[in-house]
Amino acid sequence: MTGQGRLAAWAVGLAALVALPFVYRDPYHLHILVLILIWSFAYTSWSMMGRFGLVSLGHGGFMGIGAYVTALLWNHLGLSPWIGIPVSMVAAGALALVVGYPCFRFRITGHYFVLVTLALSGIVLQVITATRDYTGGSLGYTPNRATTNKLLALQFDDKTTWYLIALAVWLAGIVVWHLIDRSMSRYALEAISEDEDAAAAAGVDVTAEKLKITLISALMTALAGAIYCQYQMFITPDTVSGIAVSLQMVFAAIVGGLFVSLGPTVGAIITILLAETLRIGFGTKAVGWDNLVYGVLLVLFIIFLPKGILGSVLDRLKSQRKVSRTHEQEAVKIAR
Amino acid sequence: MLEVSGLVKRFGGFKAVNNVSFRVDQGEILGLIGPNGSGKSTIFNMLSGTLPPTSGSILFAGHEIAGLAPHRIINRGIGRTFQIPRPFRKLTIFENVALAGFYGQGRHSRVKAEEAAERALAMVGLPTDRHASVDGLGAAGLKKLELAKALATAPKLLLADESLGGLDEAEMDQAAEMLRKIRDELGITIIWVEHIMGVLMRVVDRVMVLDHGEKISEGLPSAVASDPRVIEVYLGTDAETTQAAAAEARRRAGV
Repeated sequence: MTGQGRLAAWAVGLAALVALPFVYRDPYHLHILVLILIWSFAYTSWSMMGRFGLVSLGHGGFMGIGAYVTALLWNHLGLSPWIGIPVSMVAAGALALVVGYPCFRFRITGHYFVLVTLALSGIVLQVITATRDYTGGSLGYTPNRATTNKLLALQFDDKTTWYLIALAVWLAGIVVWHLIDRSMSRYALEAISEDEDAAAAAGVDVTAEKLKITLISALMTALAGAIYCQYQMFITPDTVSGIAVSLQMVFAAIVGGLFVSLGPTVGAIITILLAETLRIGFGTKAVGWDNLVYGVLLVLFIIFLPKGILGSVLDRLKSQRKVSRTHEQEAVKIAR
Repeated sequence: MLEVSGLVKRFGGFKAVNNVSFRVDQGEILGLIGPNGSGKSTIFNMLSGTLPPTSGSILFAGHEIAGLAPHRIINRGIGRTFQIPRPFRKLTIFENVALAGFYGQGRHSRVKAEEAAERALAMVGLPTDRHASVDGLGAAGLKKLELAKALATAPKLLLADESLGGLDEAEMDQAAEMLRKIRDELGITIIWVEHIMGVLMRVVDRVMVLDHGEKISEGLPSAVASDPRVIEVYLGTDAETTQAAAAEARRRAGV
């Protein structure tokens, strides 16, 4: 596809997505779409790091901070989420820098980096559970209902508004993904993921580049947590933080495709539809089954389809196009 | 331009580099030779910032650079190649070099980076086509890419690490010519570490010989090639082969 053709396809797709809730009003389906958009944004945020080999299992922590800090500031200090969300993002960003800097400075990479971030996820979950006097612990937490100014409280009753908010946030995530993809930072991070010394010898400040992408990823993930909290109006440590949420991000991003912008979105569609199908089909009997299926699928994907579903499909289309193009050229040659 | 004094690198109890001092003048090609494990690469790694020295001073253009991070040293104008080429295989050839042009020049300008990449690729004789993949390069091509990456960082001093290993005779001569061309046309000062003594001797202005982390000889190629200490440590002590090799070295050095 040419650049213009691609832009046109995006514009048409986007217009259809914006128009959707005005045409189609089934609340349950809209609810599923909102969830898909919010989680797609979270998975996209994770893949900002993941695509460069920075596999973090700490993102559940960032998401939990986004959700809980926003809700706590609202309930205890009456601080509007319009301020609370940026504050929560800054908090997650600061934590990301505090954990990231020593890791990158002292070259904790690969499995060791995964382990450090795994601990981060666990710690955030433990803190939320342990401070149950404030956070409600494992029973969960609900932001106080606003009675007068709903806009100030960022609380809306209708699904259409939430759908549009989620769509905007998701789109912002895709735009950031593309901006990074086109920047020199992508070259630097690809180089770093292959060989840190050689990247440094090319003049790249390895620590700074890794910190930058980690910060962006953490800020976005915290935003995803805050939006999720405002939409659901109920959060528990297990649904927005902890290792399970982190693993879910890894799984969805890998299944959808880490290296293409819409891969994590495809991953979100698959995982959420899977979870919903199991929930409706088997009810409480199937609690936790989705995690089992994730685990098995993850192993299969890493072995057989490392580029994920969307990545592999796009690869195949590209090679087919190349083949048909060479066929055309052959035909032209023969015709001459 | 570069003044190294009392450079020491210790790994535990092992002294990889022991009190080495030398200087490099503007526009010179200095050859650095020595047997395996003599400390050549360790010196390179300290000059380029990959390893911090245990003690000693490295003055570059009058400023102390010992212990600076690699990217800072590159931005001051010291570029390097690696003994074994280390291309970024996820990037195209052009992107590899443009990356070095972007970050290595300390300017962070995309336009300047791409110009630098085009110049560097043309200089070493690689295609400036933007889509060519690294996977299509052989041993000689990878060495050229390594050199192009270093050149794109606009170095004043180039550290070339054993750039001829794995090449055939004709490719070796080409590569040696390349280094001379880089010095003559771009005015870049070069320190060249090399195992293959003959080719090196023809191109360099001066040679420094290391053994067990210490400098054992330094001077014009002709003088160093006939220094008995060098012949002993570098070429072995078996009299007949030593003499033959020394004669060969002298012949190639044009003495």
